Amino acid sequence: MLKDITIGQYFPGRSVLHRLDPRMKILLTIGYIVMLFTVSNPLGLCVGIVFLIFSYAISGIPPRMITKSLKPVIPIIIFTTVLNMFFVQGDPLFDWWIFHISRQGLLTAVVMTIRIVCLIAGTSLLTYTTSPITLTDGLERLMKPLKRVRFPVHELSMMMTIALRFIPTLIEETDKIMSAQKARGADLESGGIMQRARALVPILIPLFVSAFRRADELALAMECRCYRGDVGRTRMKQLHYSWQDGVAAAVTAACIGAVIAVNLFAPVIF
Amino acid sequence: MSVIKTEHLTHTYSQGTSYEKAAVSDVSLEIGRGEMIGVIGHTGSGKSTLIQHFNGLLRPTQGKIYVDGEDIWEKPKEIRRIRFKVGLVFQYPEYQLFEDTVYKDIAFGPRNMGLSEEEIDQRVREAALFVGLKPHQMEKSPFELSGGQKRRVAIAGVIAMNPEVLILDEPTAGLDPKGRDRILGQILAYHKEQKNTILLVSHSMEDVAKYTEKVLVMNHSRVAMFDQVEKVFSRSREIEAMGLAVPQVSRVFLSLSEKGWPVPSNIYTVEQAKNALEQVLSGGGGVHA
Repeated sequence: MLKDITIGQYFPGRSVLHRLDPRMKILLTIGYIVMLFTVSNPLGLCVGIVFLIFSYAISGIPPRMITKSLKPVIPIIIFTTVLNMFFVQGDPLFDWWIFHISRQGLLTAVVMTIRIVCLIAGTSLLTYTTSPITLTDGLERLMKPLKRVRFPVHELSMMMTIALRFIPTLIEETDKIMSAQKARGADLESGGIMQRARALVPILIPLFVSAFRRADELALAMECRCYRGDVGRTRMKQLHYSWQDGVAAAVTAACIGAVIAVNLFAPVIF
Repeated sequence: MSVIKTEHLTHTYSQGTSYEKAAVSDVSLEIGRGEMIGVIGHTGSGKSTLIQHFNGLLRPTQGKIYVDGEDIWEKPKEIRRIRFKVGLVFQYPEYQLFEDTVYKDIAFGPRNMGLSEEEIDQRVREAALFVGLKPHQMEKSPFELSGGQKRRVAIAGVIAMNPEVLILDEPTAGLDPKGRDRILGQILAYHKEQKNTILLVSHSMEDVAKYTEKVLVMNHSRVAMFDQVEKVFSRSREIEAMGLAVPQVSRVFLSLSEKGWPVPSNIYTVEQAKNALEQVLSGGGGVHA
């Protein structure tokens, strides 16, 4: 039941995208986001869409995953579409009572929707092709310069790694505790909100107790293996840029360049 | 009449996906009232999945389960009633404790049953007595107790519901030998006094041989054997082929009899071994224990 929740939507694979350096993938994703928001012309938007389709095609991620990643943001998409459609002023297309739809409004709504869809699908591709651990690794390396300003980069990424590592464990634990309390007749399915909230106490308390116990044990185990933070720590898996990273960067840069060129030489529409 | 009966019970995890796995397949068995049964099988043999069907925590993907002759999934809304009839103590049950006193924690089950305060009080005290908790421990926080004591509190929490069938999933895991004997002894005493049905899941063949009357052997999600203890342990070679260990004393006697010594091959407790040896030595060789 609880195990069916997919966390960290990593899709193991061997495609070029899977093998790219996580740092490069994060940077390219940021580049893609920038590209989407500098677009001011349908032609430029097409570049963004083609780029996305191309990326999915070489990643080997099944296309139905795009719709799956979009599901949680459907309310946001509807919300922005409706807002843009009704509240952008311009040449009237449709007028009825207090509802006014302008040509510009409709255009903005369509463009915003496509932008959000591309944004979500594009960033999901990052999590689909990168395992959570590799991702935090890449993030840590990218944020390294922040250490100069005493930002605890290593600690933060260690926390993320541990949190990710323990999500499945805690889900399993929750499942077990729920079964145990149900075996003692706990009623989790019926009653009003207050009753249901109270029914959670027998599950949450053991869960917290065991989470703290695990944290203690983990801390001890890490200390036994001489963990003392970032200082003097080397890595087993070194990150290296390869020629593929260079190609990916070049392709993305070309796309961003194309978008900017289109913006400069074609009429700005939105 | 049997208290629990299953017909072609099958449970498949993640049905319809690529992770599909049958944890229990086609199990048909009957558990008689008042029996004390040991359940053995190595990790992943399906024993934990099977016992979670007996009190309706898991719903079979195929097949039926009857408790007291009634199909428990006929009225899914009333499944809680079955859980009061069939008590299940999970592995490491001390991790389910949550109340601020031992007393309140043991009372959690009976309170869920909707009993009167006097009845709850009586059951809590009885259950505490069964597992050997002292009255002064009742007002302590369960988190102050030692591991073995916590375990006994958790077991008392299920016993207090007065179930017709009590299922214990490895109640002695992680305890020292003394604590193990103590808990099993208390469970046996409880069984003798209450005459209820007990299922004891265990990894220790010695414990199963010593405390139970019948043995259910699970292997590859199926029931491999389900018979009286001596009959099961007389098939020691088959049990070993499944990767399970038989009691040490059984192994010794099996080897002796295979080497031609006039001893019975279905010995499974030290007591029986002693009697058999005495018989052999006094010249009555070959007599079964």
